[in-house]
Amino acid sequence: MEDREINDLEKSLEQIWEVARRFGLDPYPTRFEIVPATVMYEVGSYALPGRYSHWTFGKAYQRMKTMYDFALSKIYEVVINTNPAYGFLLETNSPIQNKMVIAHVLGHVDFFKNNIYFSKTNRRMVESVSTHAQRMMEYEFRYGRKTVERFLDAVLAIEEHIDPNFFMRHQMTPEEERQRAQYTRREGRYDDLWNLDKSASGTGVPPVDAADHASDEHGRDAHATQFPQKDLVFFLMKNSPVLAAWQRDVMAMVHEEVEYFIPQMQTKIMNEGWASFWHARIMREMELTDNEHLEFAELHSGVVSPQKGKLNPYYLGYKIFENIERNWDDPTPEAREKLGRRGGEGREKIFEVRELESDVSFLRNYLTEELCEELDLFVYELVEEEEWTISEKRWERVRDQLVANMTNFGFPYIEVQDGDYNGNRELYLKHRYEGTELDMRYARKALEHVQMLWGRTVHLETMVDDEVTVLRYDGEEHHES
Amino acid sequence: MTIQRNDWSLQRKGIIDQERHKERVREAIRKNLGSIVSNEAIILSDGKRTVRVPMRALDEYKFRFDFRKQKHVGQGDGRTRVGDVIAREGAPGQGKGAAQAGHDPGAEYYEAEVNIDEIAALIFEDLHLPYLQEKAKKAVHSRKTQFNEIRRTGVIANLDKRRMIMENIRRNAREGQGARFGDIKKDDLRFKTWEEVMRYESNAVVIAMIDVSGSMGEFKKYIARSFYFWMVRFLRTKYDNVDIVFISHHTEAREVTEEQFFTQGESGGTVVSSAYQLALEIIKLRYPPADWNIYPFHFSDGDNYYSDNDEAVRLAEELIATCNLFGYGEIGEEGSASYRRASGALLSIFNDRLKNKDHFCGVRIDDKEDVYPALKHFFGRRGIETPA
Repeated sequence: MEDREINDLEKSLEQIWEVARRFGLDPYPTRFEIVPATVMYEVGSYALPGRYSHWTFGKAYQRMKTMYDFALSKIYEVVINTNPAYGFLLETNSPIQNKMVIAHVLGHVDFFKNNIYFSKTNRRMVESVSTHAQRMMEYEFRYGRKTVERFLDAVLAIEEHIDPNFFMRHQMTPEEERQRAQYTRREGRYDDLWNLDKSASGTGVPPVDAADHASDEHGRDAHATQFPQKDLVFFLMKNSPVLAAWQRDVMAMVHEEVEYFIPQMQTKIMNEGWASFWHARIMREMELTDNEHLEFAELHSGVVSPQKGKLNPYYLGYKIFENIERNWDDPTPEAREKLGRRGGEGREKIFEVRELESDVSFLRNYLTEELCEELDLFVYELVEEEEWTISEKRWERVRDQLVANMTNFGFPYIEVQDGDYNGNRELYLKHRYEGTELDMRYARKALEHVQMLWGRTVHLETMVDDEVTVLRYDGEEHHES
Repeated sequence: MTIQRNDWSLQRKGIIDQERHKERVREAIRKNLGSIVSNEAIILSDGKRTVRVPMRALDEYKFRFDFRKQKHVGQGDGRTRVGDVIAREGAPGQGKGAAQAGHDPGAEYYEAEVNIDEIAALIFEDLHLPYLQEKAKKAVHSRKTQFNEIRRTGVIANLDKRRMIMENIRRNAREGQGARFGDIKKDDLRFKTWEEVMRYESNAVVIAMIDVSGSMGEFKKYIARSFYFWMVRFLRTKYDNVDIVFISHHTEAREVTEEQFFTQGESGGTVVSSAYQLALEIIKLRYPPADWNIYPFHFSDGDNYYSDNDEAVRLAEELIATCNLFGYGEIGEEGSASYRRASGALLSIFNDRLKNKDHFCGVRIDDKEDVYPALKHFFGRRGIETPA
């Protein structure tokens, strides 16, 4: 890209920012980086620049790059939730593409800053992950790359099973904070002695070695363990009888990074919808030539077009925000009367929605009958092992199914029931069955990973063919009962 | 709000981890050579350099829902109705959305892109032609002259003029006459000399025989072909000078081209001795055992005409006597590993009746996964004489 083009782009940025501000968007200051495709795919596949190394990132990178090389897909934009925020622009983007991406990114950053689910995210995450990467590298050096890699394989198998409300649940009361300040001191080799009476007091969790406490760099206190526990990663990190200090540290790092990503997983549809909504509005205000208008229209419809059979989160979120604005700007007489909508409140309403909702509540509250019909949404399932068939079109059912699939970011809800099962320090997990069975082959393999982290026999209770089934893995063999 | 452009040319992280991923792929290949060797994508690759093979070891295992038992929400074009079939199993997730790391539940397993040459290198690592001997007569395969030295004396026709001029200038300079050319003395002359390079090689011929009778169904033919696919590849990569003779037979045998060998289908009964007879004739005419290492291989389902068995055994004995190794692979019905054939099958007859089994190698294949062990069996480490 030539300097002249960059100057032009800087001018456009000023204009776009001006328009966005008039609309009431309130993003963090944002730095746009112009990067080559390789960097784009790198940031895209790691989700944050500078994270630790693992082959799964390489796999994602290779896939993205291949898609790009074969022109199957192209990432226009990557945005990082930090303060200041980062937006990455592909150096081969056309000027119009860049303008649209800038407007889109500002929408995302406004969302990051103002949506309640992001209120606790670490805005200096790029620094955090780079210190993680540094530590991970030291562990690789000290314990061997393969050892660290295998261990990470196991941790990543359960990385999504953390508590999204971790912050709130583990926030210390002022009293705790005061106590902690009083006792804060460097950990030593006799720490296990100090903790003996505390941990042996019949919580169902046997005492663990000192290494455990050394690794607790979050400064969160392990409250007396109450079951069930939603946070698998945290529970294993704190209570596993077999992990070394460095392994607990690796788990803490993974936990921290997943915590950071969880709000993004919880608001995918809203976030993309919001950004698309605003790039459309902002671009409408820009002075574009006819050709530019045409190019933009094509681009925009590419982004928000429905994919055959699948649900495009950009499109769905975009349509819902449009729909909300319309219904609050110009309510039906019925809505005026029954719901007390006064009209003309569209703008105000969508800003409120972007602040308070997550995908689950967004869909439950604002996916209306008219939208379901307009978008032609349906539920489909596999019939007789062979044909994917549309089984439901009633809008409430469609909405509820969509909400159900979003719950727990689309992962089965698994919790720790007991850390001393059979009185033998075995781990008992339970899948809260809500109508969909687990992929059993995957479940068995994932259980092997959990067993490695726990070091003793692990159990997983779930439902198969409407019957309670318990998978058990003892480190050598799988059992089922 | 700013725009920047930095130098990212040192950014290598993605590439480094891509390498880690490739390492995992290689590891997985090494562990799964058995199933990869007989993978259709490779055998039918038709000259492509890379193929995609399913690689379960690269799955990222998680607790996840059974995609096939889950209800999903989709979007139509406005005209969908309950009962419409939108996709068939086997091709559910057409048009994958934005690539999301490892969360594509539609894909049953991960397919890795692998390079056939890389796989071949792994497979061939431990394979050799067994009992290979240096055959006296044609041992000198080629004689090449190579100019590789410069000397002060030699034949005037081999004078190296460039070097001579350089030496002359150098000497003039040394003697204080300035760096100029002229006044050539004997000291300045440089001659190229040569050496005769001899390449010693053992000549080998592999006679690949395949049964194409009616009883050789798709599966059996496929097995035989995947074996020969790797064998041919193996011989061509590891040995410079190996002839391969292709023979296909049912009740009659004929010599065919490589392409015919791998593609043709026939029917009819089975007379194994016809192939052995032809092989022996070809050996006699073109590959005298004194000059050639000879390796006949035969793949069949063992369903020979009863009356031909005596003759087959007799000719097999003769092949064994003339050749370095006679390999026989018997292919069973798909997935019938535990099922043992009645004594009528050729392999058991060979095992019972062959007198000299030192250089006989019989293998039974019931499953695709057996192809790799068979390769290792035939071309494994044995009879390798330490070079003198």
